Amino acid sequence: MSVPLTLLGLLEREPSHGYDLKRDYDAFFGRGKQLPFGQVYATLGRLARDGQVTAGGAEPGDGPDRKRYAITDSGRHVVDTWLADPVEPEPHLQTVLFAKVTLALMLGKPAAAYLDTQRAAHIRRMQELTEIKRTGPLVDTLLADHALFHLEADLRWIDLTSARLADLAEAVRNR
Amino acid sequence: MNSPAVTRGPMIETRHVAKNFGQTSALRDASLCVAQGEILAVMGPSGSGKSTLLHSMAGIYTPDQGEVLFDGQLLNTMTEADRTKLRRTAFGFVFQFGQLVPELTAADNVALPLLLNRTKRKVAYKTADTWLDRLGIGDKGDRRTGELSGGEAQRVAVARALALAPKVIFADEPTGSLDSLTGEKVMDLMTGLAREQGSTVVIVTHDARVAAYADRVVMVRDGLLTPGDRPSSSSQGRHGAPAPAAAASAAKGAN
Repeated sequence: MSVPLTLLGLLEREPSHGYDLKRDYDAFFGRGKQLPFGQVYATLGRLARDGQVTAGGAEPGDGPDRKRYAITDSGRHVVDTWLADPVEPEPHLQTVLFAKVTLALMLGKPAAAYLDTQRAAHIRRMQELTEIKRTGPLVDTLLADHALFHLEADLRWIDLTSARLADLAEAVRNR
Repeated sequence: MNSPAVTRGPMIETRHVAKNFGQTSALRDASLCVAQGEILAVMGPSGSGKSTLLHSMAGIYTPDQGEVLFDGQLLNTMTEADRTKLRRTAFGFVFQFGQLVPELTAADNVALPLLLNRTKRKVAYKTADTWLDRLGIGDKGDRRTGELSGGEAQRVAVARALALAPKVIFADEPTGSLDSLTGEKVMDLMTGLAREQGSTVVIVTHDARVAAYADRVVMVRDGLLTPGDRPSSSSQGRHGAPAPAAAASAAKGAN
């Protein structure tokens, strides 16, 4: 899971404080594992340094950091590119895909199209692996089979998620 | 000057094809081109309309709207007799079940379509033997297909489809009733030998691992075609470019 890109995506909804970002990250993407405050602020610092967010002046109040962060045009572009780019088809990428789909629904971006792009990337990789099986030695075939079965599992998840997008969009909005 | 390969149109083309069954819309606005020698997979869940698309492409169903062209000829306006002739001479079919006559031998089943096309008996049976051999079941020619295993029977079905040297092979869930390894061998042989022969293949499947044998994969969902995968540069090179070595090794591997 890419923490910087996910935080940046959350900031695209509206400018937020570090505390609010951490709370939303934990609720949507934490899966029982909380994001440490230190990591949130360090990440926001790096995003500000790279010009993807701006930090407002400190506001009065308790807590380590009361700055309000806002995404820049450059940051928006980074999020758009990330969401639209298919993830490298490797086994066990469900968490990245999950984050992308959830963020896309949250931001009203075309999640179905992103899943279609991902499906095409997966199928392309499966075609390459099948070609290896057709022409390679048995040991390569066994390795290709292993990858093919995992990619097939990903594809099933992609298909099921595509079929559930309307319900998921509602669940994300009502959270 | 253009080469024939460049000027040649698609082998199969559907233009805005729609098909309804009663109130149910099975296929909507399906436009698709399949190049000569291309192996295309149509994927989709059951009930998505993928088999309706295949049956429309093969002239088995007449679309309610749109056009289907085979090698530039419009199927819609052909007489049923002409369409039947086309299916018998230019198309080969591989289905999941029930296409072989169980009481006849493997050789009879492969020779039958050739005999229907008025091939001389001796030639038809020689061709049948050659194809059964290529599919690694040369020793099963005189066995009744009802007595063969699922994988052997499906190889007979592939031999029967290929023996006609069809322009297009339509395969609907060709490995649906087979275990993984047997299904893989059938796919390997069917696609390898079709490439060698230059036949165009349209495969309908819900199985991504089967679809991965194709040059290009398109998706059907709720009766609508989604663009799916574009042919990659490597797969484009495979179109119409027979790969005898690969096909031969595929046949060898399945023995």
